[in-house]
Amino acid sequence: MNLLEASVLPVAAEGIYTWAWLMIALPALGAAILLLGGKATDAWGHWLGTLMPIASFAVAAGLFGTMLGADEGERAVDLHLWTWIASGNWTISFGMQIDQLSILFALLITGVGSLIHIYSIGYMAHDDRRRRFFAYLNLFIAAMLTLVLANNYLALFLGWEGVGLASYLLIGFWQHKNSAAVAAKKAFVVNRVGDLGLSMAVFTMLAQFGSSSFVDVNNGAPHLSSTWATLLGFFLLLAACGKSAQVPLQSWLLDAMEGPTPVSALIHAATMVTAGVYLVVRSHAIYEQAPTAQLAVAIVGTVTLLFGAWIGTSKDDIKKVLAGSTMSQIGYMMLAAGLGPIGAAFAIFHLLTHGFFKANMFLGAGSVMHGMNDDVDMRHYGALRKAMPWTFLTFAMGYLAIIGFPFTAGFYSKDHIIEAAFEKSPVFGSLALLGAFVTAFYMTRLMMMTFFGDKRWLPGVHPHESPVSMTGPLVVLATLSIVAGAAMNNWIQDWLAPATGHHPHEASLLHFSGIGLLTMAVVALGVALGWYVFKGTIPSQVPATRNVFAIAGRNDLYGDAFNEAVFMRPGQHLVKGLAAADDQLVDGAVMGGAGAVAGLSTLVRKVQNGYVRSYGLTMVGGALLVGAILILGRMA
Amino acid sequence: MNLNYYIVLSAILFTLGVMGFLLRRNAIVAFMSIELMLNAANLAMVTFALAHGSLDGQIAAFFVMIVAAAEVVVGLAIIVTIFRTRRSASVDEANLLKF
Repeated sequence: MNLLEASVLPVAAEGIYTWAWLMIALPALGAAILLLGGKATDAWGHWLGTLMPIASFAVAAGLFGTMLGADEGERAVDLHLWTWIASGNWTISFGMQIDQLSILFALLITGVGSLIHIYSIGYMAHDDRRRRFFAYLNLFIAAMLTLVLANNYLALFLGWEGVGLASYLLIGFWQHKNSAAVAAKKAFVVNRVGDLGLSMAVFTMLAQFGSSSFVDVNNGAPHLSSTWATLLGFFLLLAACGKSAQVPLQSWLLDAMEGPTPVSALIHAATMVTAGVYLVVRSHAIYEQAPTAQLAVAIVGTVTLLFGAWIGTSKDDIKKVLAGSTMSQIGYMMLAAGLGPIGAAFAIFHLLTHGFFKANMFLGAGSVMHGMNDDVDMRHYGALRKAMPWTFLTFAMGYLAIIGFPFTAGFYSKDHIIEAAFEKSPVFGSLALLGAFVTAFYMTRLMMMTFFGDKRWLPGVHPHESPVSMTGPLVVLATLSIVAGAAMNNWIQDWLAPATGHHPHEASLLHFSGIGLLTMAVVALGVALGWYVFKGTIPSQVPATRNVFAIAGRNDLYGDAFNEAVFMRPGQHLVKGLAAADDQLVDGAVMGGAGAVAGLSTLVRKVQNGYVRSYGLTMVGGALLVGAILILGRMA
Repeated sequence: MNLNYYIVLSAILFTLGVMGFLLRRNAIVAFMSIELMLNAANLAMVTFALAHGSLDGQIAAFFVMIVAAAEVVVGLAIIVTIFRTRRSASVDEANLLKF
């Protein structure tokens, strides 16, 4: 508990830390120049766009180095930038909190972001709106850094909405395709539901603590009534579900694959979709006061990890398999975050390794699509390992990492989560183990269908290796997919302890616990099953099946059907009813009133007939009336 | 001297004027009826001035006479113009004074 309390009092920024704002400002400036500069920047826009995240990465690396050298008590730094809102009793400042947690995120975002920018130079080379693409990517980097570096929930919300906007712009980047435009809209609308949760959470914090800064919230949380803590936990969980595509707000992520592949790698695999995990880990003080909400986080994570894996087994679109896999892996992170202090550090650990290997695989998928004339159907692939050796090798590293092959990144991060889940409850543990089995199965299926077996290429497709600007980042990410786990394994738990809560947990490099061995056996079983089922000829048409599991998986487990039946149709009926009420009741009253006045005036108009004598009679009648009233009034 | 007689006379004259204005078609006669009403009113005001022993009503009567004289000038001119254009002074034929 002492460590916890030490963590919530960051020291004031000085020295290099006072330049931390550059991390956000540089990409934001890049986006502004590229968007405002218009066509004048077409020629060099992508170079500027790539330079900005690299510069941000340099700043982040400098800060990280400084932080490594500092004492543990002085690592968390608060940088006040300006007073954002000052109104009455409210003073909300805009500042950055650079601590052990946020600096890792900053490194991941700018590091993987830079690699993806470099990759995009090659990938988007033939797109005449490339400059705009880089502007949006820079906007995304700036917003994402605001999200993770903010020192209060309101500034975090600003970044949260910023990444939502960037995600919308980039999913719908090929706006000439109706499917892309619809997918962008869907992502935006589903995210609004989660945003509602976050805004309710911020309102609750402002009402309960009078402040939304992490320091005040962490200090105030222990004094919160259990009702409010639980409510707050559920609000934050709703927000996390929306942004991280967790059940029940998962439906947008599969459609989001309509965006260009670097976008899927950066936003919908490595960074933005993990913002929900960040939010939950950052709010650990609240979840400690709300065991119910914490349990709900773990349940949501477990359900999603199975849900995503199930979808991954049934899709033929390579990007949708990876999207299902992303959902599933984020499910693992949410599960870990919901386990409390024993899992929180591993949630971040898995988040980082997942950021590497999933970005690697998405970019690999993009490289495959690049060679296959943008075909995404794995039934048209096959035998690509010879045509695209670099892509194959790098993809294989990502594959080994995600299934948890010994000593790769996923082996360390995922097995820790499974062990921690078993420590919490055998139910979570065995379900996480089942997820590992399914993961091994569907990833083997993807490898077999894409890189092995017979050529099933469509006529006119000549697969070729991608340019160096694309394979270079793949090699870097593939290397990280292998070594990042071992590199961070012994270190990350102690490093993150001040930010996530401390819990000693055996995490040695060569430690093989019973559960670890069991996991390896299960994974081997999944790989063997995947190899056995998909080693033969793969039909190039989707085979008809009566298997209810396959049918449900192909239909995204009916997430869209559920949303349509439960939310969309009743909503449409309500709106139709309201429109009818407007047409008939409101318009009826207004038009009826107008008609009555018009009819009355037609009648009254007849009095004005142009005959002077009739006017005179009216006057006399009026005068008599007034006289009569006066006389009667006098008498009364 | 009983002032009631004057008031009654004034009322009779006013009623005659009203009835003449409402019932006669000839614009000249209607106009004369208006003058009759004005003079009935003058008679009433002078009578009240006498009854109260003040000059207010008498002065008001002068004002009415002046206004009536001015009105005659304008009114007669209108009637003459109408007669010239329509060859008739019947008020029921001049019905343009409407919406």
